[in-house]
Amino acid sequence: MSNWKKVVGLTMAAAVMASMIAPVSVFADEAFKIGGIGPLTGGAAAYGIAVQNGAQIAVDEINANGGINGYQIEFQMEDDEHDAEKSVNAYNTLKDWGMQILDGTVTSAPCIAVKAETMNDNMFYITPSGSAVDCIDGADNGFRLCFSDPAQGAKSAEYIGENGLATKIAIIYDSSDPYSSGIKDSFVSVAGDYSLEVVSEEAFTADSKTDFSVQLQKAKDAEAELVFLPIYYTEASLILQQASDMDFAPTFFGCDGLDGILGVENFDTSLAEGVMLLTPFAADADDDLTKSFVAAYQDAYGEIPIQFAADSYDVIYAMKAAIEQANVTPDMDPSDICEALKGAMTEITVEGLTGTITWDENGEPDKEPKAVVIEGGAYKAM
Amino acid sequence: MNAAELIKKRKSRDLRSSLITYGIVVVFYIVVQTMVNTGHISSLMKGLLVPICVYVIAAVSLNLVVGISGELSLGHAGFMCLGAYASTFFTNVVGDGLPELPRFILAILIGACVAGFFGILIGIPVLRLKGDYLAIVTLAFGEIIKNLMNVIYAGVDDGGLHFATTDSGLKLGEGGKKIIKGALGISGTPKNSTFTIGIVLILITLFIVLNLINSRSGRAIMSTRDNRIAAESIGIPVTRFKLMAFSISAALAGVAGVLYAHNLATLTVKKFDYNTSILILVFVVLGGIGNIRGSMIAAVILTALPEMLRGLSNYRMLIYAIVLIVLMLFNWAPAARAFRSRILEKLPFGRRNAEKEES
Repeated sequence: MSNWKKVVGLTMAAAVMASMIAPVSVFADEAFKIGGIGPLTGGAAAYGIAVQNGAQIAVDEINANGGINGYQIEFQMEDDEHDAEKSVNAYNTLKDWGMQILDGTVTSAPCIAVKAETMNDNMFYITPSGSAVDCIDGADNGFRLCFSDPAQGAKSAEYIGENGLATKIAIIYDSSDPYSSGIKDSFVSVAGDYSLEVVSEEAFTADSKTDFSVQLQKAKDAEAELVFLPIYYTEASLILQQASDMDFAPTFFGCDGLDGILGVENFDTSLAEGVMLLTPFAADADDDLTKSFVAAYQDAYGEIPIQFAADSYDVIYAMKAAIEQANVTPDMDPSDICEALKGAMTEITVEGLTGTITWDENGEPDKEPKAVVIEGGAYKAM
Repeated sequence: MNAAELIKKRKSRDLRSSLITYGIVVVFYIVVQTMVNTGHISSLMKGLLVPICVYVIAAVSLNLVVGISGELSLGHAGFMCLGAYASTFFTNVVGDGLPELPRFILAILIGACVAGFFGILIGIPVLRLKGDYLAIVTLAFGEIIKNLMNVIYAGVDDGGLHFATTDSGLKLGEGGKKIIKGALGISGTPKNSTFTIGIVLILITLFIVLNLINSRSGRAIMSTRDNRIAAESIGIPVTRFKLMAFSISAALAGVAGVLYAHNLATLTVKKFDYNTSILILVFVVLGGIGNIRGSMIAAVILTALPEMLRGLSNYRMLIYAIVLIVLMLFNWAPAARAFRSRILEKLPFGRRNAEKEES
């Protein structure tokens, strides 16, 4: 029975071998090759696609305006399915393509895995949205555009405390999600500094995220004035619905994960009235940069950009600023480019969609947190 | 031909078949290593070598349960998870206290022991169940492990190891180091896995599994698969032999987990959900239930294929699914098998084999 299998097996093996032969990597002298890594398929695809689109818009704009120091940019995005192992594969694929600078990785756990690889190769990267501390911790070649999780938690506590929004706080968070637990941990640890009292701290997991009545009841029984939701908008929309069903109407406060809640299908947006969130980007802000970005995004992709798209757009412009500052050229190899850029990053200031950003030598961004409140079915700056 | 001669003949056939299997692995290693040394290999492929070893080990070990012992287990990723967590915890606690290689070897042993221990623990009640029930219980086991690991916080300080189920509950002294951080998992594991170690582990796995299959115990295990009642009636302790196969398989899955975890700087439980268990099962089914060599080849092809198809961008997963269906049909559908033997008969070199297949 096995001869055919042998033939098939050998053919397959030959095919695998043939495809393993290294492509001759061609360093184009004409263009910077920027790679992107993020989930383009699977549950987190919305974020990866937004990052891809945001970067593409920035790249097209820059190329149309004559490139960086006269050099064009090529951008290529690879899918990692929000999986650390696939992310490393994507990184290696981009290396074969000739990537010199990395815009990524979009999600945290894959970003940590890719960080280790970039450190080996001395590849310069800016993660648009990898918010876990470890995403750039210990890597001097890595920078971050978004706030880290602890920073978001601390900034939230600061905002609630200093604006006197409430003193009794209930938290509902996703214990199986690093983003959510990261924010929660730092929020709890600094809450005391702003005389906030955490009266209930209830978790759910990715496997049980449809019924929140228990968590809400506990928050209600503890007489919470404000419910802090460091979670993503899909679950938050259910929480708002269920809270309204049980006549529980505290203030709801969230982080950037709540961005997008008004776009949830079949969600009664009046329930989100008064919800506050910290987000770096509001699509209806009326400055010219945001307006032209949103218009370009809608033209190209037919939807309102989320903050991940804005983060990625800013990443490309930060790279442009750093390249101009350091005067690197596309014929340099990635490691030399990295050496030049990591010095330049701390010297530049980027006026981006998500604020005016500068970087410290640890790679963390410094920008003002923005809070928005939902009023009349739209995000309104506070 | 008398019985003694028959046994002798079968033994030499088993030996030859085993040697061919080892040979394939060694040749694969030599070819790939030559390509690496001469620089004729893409970064992507180089990065895929260790994952390929991981999945080959996982597939071979699952084949022991599914193919040889005849039980459907859907919790294999759970054992990988245990091996991965136990070993990376060890590696991070020891840190630079031991040189790299001995530390990694110890980590492999620890991963195997922890996974094997849980294999026995789960196996004792579970292997009294059969068929669908066993599948459901093992599935649940995998999910329990996943959820458990999600809430564990562990660290080390001068006072020893500390465990807690909340972040704030974990009280560490001065200079203490948090290692397992709940949903954040473990990060900063040194990259100790190499292709060479992976190949050595594959050979050890094959050695254990093939020798078990061809041993007296292996035949007892297969007899419980083929006819449980007959096996019991001649005095074979069914549960004991099933437990043996199950726990060895769990330990080897633990080894796969160790190799996986020491290849990436980050380890989260998300990877070890039932999708991974099913993926390993797909390797086994596609390669042939009970066919060790087949499951190895299937693991290599199905790990490399989605990466090879990156050029197709968004159509990649669609094409991958179609290829999977076509391969499955080609390998196992009765019509395809009949077609294959018809083709074989027309080829001069294939006739002998076609006759063998029919008989």
